[in-house]
Amino acid sequence: MTQSNEAINIKNVLKVYKGDTDVYALNDVSLMIKQNEFFTLLGPSGCGKTTLLRLIAGFEHPTSGSILLNKEDISLLPPNKRPVNTVFQSYALFPHMSVGGNIAFGLEMLGWSKSEVQNTVDEMLDLVKMQDLKNRKPAEISGGQQQRVALARALAPKPQVLLLDEPLSALDLKLRKQMQIELKRLQSETGITFVFVTHDQEEALTMSDRIAVMNEGKILQYGNPREIYHHPENKFVANFIGDSNFLSANIKNGNAILSDGTELKLSKSIKQKSDGQKSILIRPEHVQMKKSNGNKKTFEGRINNIVYFGTDTHFHLELKTGDEFTIRKQNTPHEGTEFEIGTMVELTIDENAIQILND
Amino acid sequence: MSMDSNLLLSESAEKAAEVERLSQKRDVRNRWLLSSPALAIIFFAAAGPLGIVVLYSFLTPGDYTGVIWTFTTETWISVVLERDFFDESLGWADAHLSIFWRSIKLSLLTTILTAIFGIPTAYFIATRSPKSRNIWLFLITIPFWSNLLVRTYAIQELIRNKGVINNFLQWIGLTDAPIEMMFTDFAVGFGMTYVYLPLMVLPVYASIEKLDFKLVEGAYDLYASRWQCFRRIIVPLVRPGLIAGSILVFIPCLGAYVTPRILGGGNQLMFGNLIALQFGQGKNWPLGAALSLTLMVIVMIALIYFVKISSSESGKK
Repeated sequence: MTQSNEAINIKNVLKVYKGDTDVYALNDVSLMIKQNEFFTLLGPSGCGKTTLLRLIAGFEHPTSGSILLNKEDISLLPPNKRPVNTVFQSYALFPHMSVGGNIAFGLEMLGWSKSEVQNTVDEMLDLVKMQDLKNRKPAEISGGQQQRVALARALAPKPQVLLLDEPLSALDLKLRKQMQIELKRLQSETGITFVFVTHDQEEALTMSDRIAVMNEGKILQYGNPREIYHHPENKFVANFIGDSNFLSANIKNGNAILSDGTELKLSKSIKQKSDGQKSILIRPEHVQMKKSNGNKKTFEGRINNIVYFGTDTHFHLELKTGDEFTIRKQNTPHEGTEFEIGTMVELTIDENAIQILND
Repeated sequence: MSMDSNLLLSESAEKAAEVERLSQKRDVRNRWLLSSPALAIIFFAAAGPLGIVVLYSFLTPGDYTGVIWTFTTETWISVVLERDFFDESLGWADAHLSIFWRSIKLSLLTTILTAIFGIPTAYFIATRSPKSRNIWLFLITIPFWSNLLVRTYAIQELIRNKGVINNFLQWIGLTDAPIEMMFTDFAVGFGMTYVYLPLMVLPVYASIEKLDFKLVEGAYDLYASRWQCFRRIIVPLVRPGLIAGSILVFIPCLGAYVTPRILGGGNQLMFGNLIALQFGQGKNWPLGAALSLTLMVIVMIALIYFVKISSSESGKK
């Protein structure tokens, strides 16, 4: 995290919409996005992620705080003066221009010569594999193709940062998966910093170099996908990304003691400063189970429900504490009916799989 | 036996064809019956009167009024040509031609002026909140509540020599003598722009309201200035509204009667006034009929032109 390779630096940005009750769309947001990074803003709708993107694009200006692009303050520049381009959620392709005309638009506005514009347009069409459709109108091509044109149009002027506002949300699942790979490819081929907004945690995990999780106008945590998934700092992040089991536990002498007295050993690496009553997180896939042999001291539960998903099976358990607990088990070709509803099972958990959360 | 069955088959086929013919006949009759009210209206209210106008334009004017039933093409010749009083040679009818030209010129000017004032007005209204939009639209339609004649006299009150504008200019000392505005082309153009402005604003508003403002953001994002965004994105997309507005302004302007009559006086005749003159003081009904048809042809040419530019746009790159 050296300062030299920063692309965007957002410093204490506040965005307030005045009204009967003021709405804090962004509440003291600070964030540094590195050069050549695929950075994702992840959060539920209304969390402020799109507002942050619009501030970077210049469609709106911060109430206070500053936005630096390559160490230059761009907070108050209009969008047409920023070397930043946007791929809109609705694509916003110009319906009266051809695919080629759309891609050329930004370049013409920048005053490029005719031959430069034509060369770059062809280059961009190659990049998104759309050479054949150069003369079509946006209404005459499919949603996935429109998506590619929108990308090509935004990439053509070689912006320093490309902003993507939930660009995949209108596509069907299969196309979305394709475009995720495509986007990642484009990002590494062009070397442009991508700032991607989504509410889809899976999309965020698969594509991003780093993720910032936002809620209610604040950034709750940011880091690479592994950090965010394995070491969420609080309940919101843990809950928003992946499936989670939350248990209430008393932390004491390196152990987490559940309400029924069961002791779970904690990893030494957890630097839990204070003991006391905390929430702990256990991911469903980090738990092994076997049939209980009736030992009262073990971590046990009773299977209440079994849901089959093809690749894996979810077991919904009721623990001795009365809490609900989910275990995900990958299916094998030899899968039998070893576990049935009503079976008592003994659970084993790797000590590294237990996370202590700050709520 | 096979012959018999063949015979039977062909007989039944004939029968089927006969039934088919009859039902088709009934269909055709029903169609005519159903469309007869519309056809009747078109015949009696449009085609019929138009036929009379065409017929009259080939008759000889009566001495005081009406027509004499003698066929002549002299009237049609006199629409654009003039027979010399002494030697009967033909020359251009300058009086008519200058009126045609003034009508077209003033109508074009009015269309352009209403567009210049109308587009920003429509843009302003379309970008308000949906609630206040209705109030603005309502305000735009207020002039329609009072009679055209009253509104035109109100304009006269503004621009006449001792009117509001001249009094004000003299009072602040900008001019010594009143500026002559009444009975000029300016007065007519001004009046018609005022009268027809709402007819430009409303269709343009309808187009702008449908405009996706993400496209405007997209243009700004791609380094367009305000003017470039307006010219390259907004104008092409509101073009249908602009063309509709232009038709609604240009065509009634060509045939305008009240405004040029009151604000233009006797000197600044337009097409409508010339026609009215033939049926009134001129007592030349055939010429009035021929002029009406001439106006119709000009309007049709204009319409074809508008349709052409609107369809050529959608085919362009």
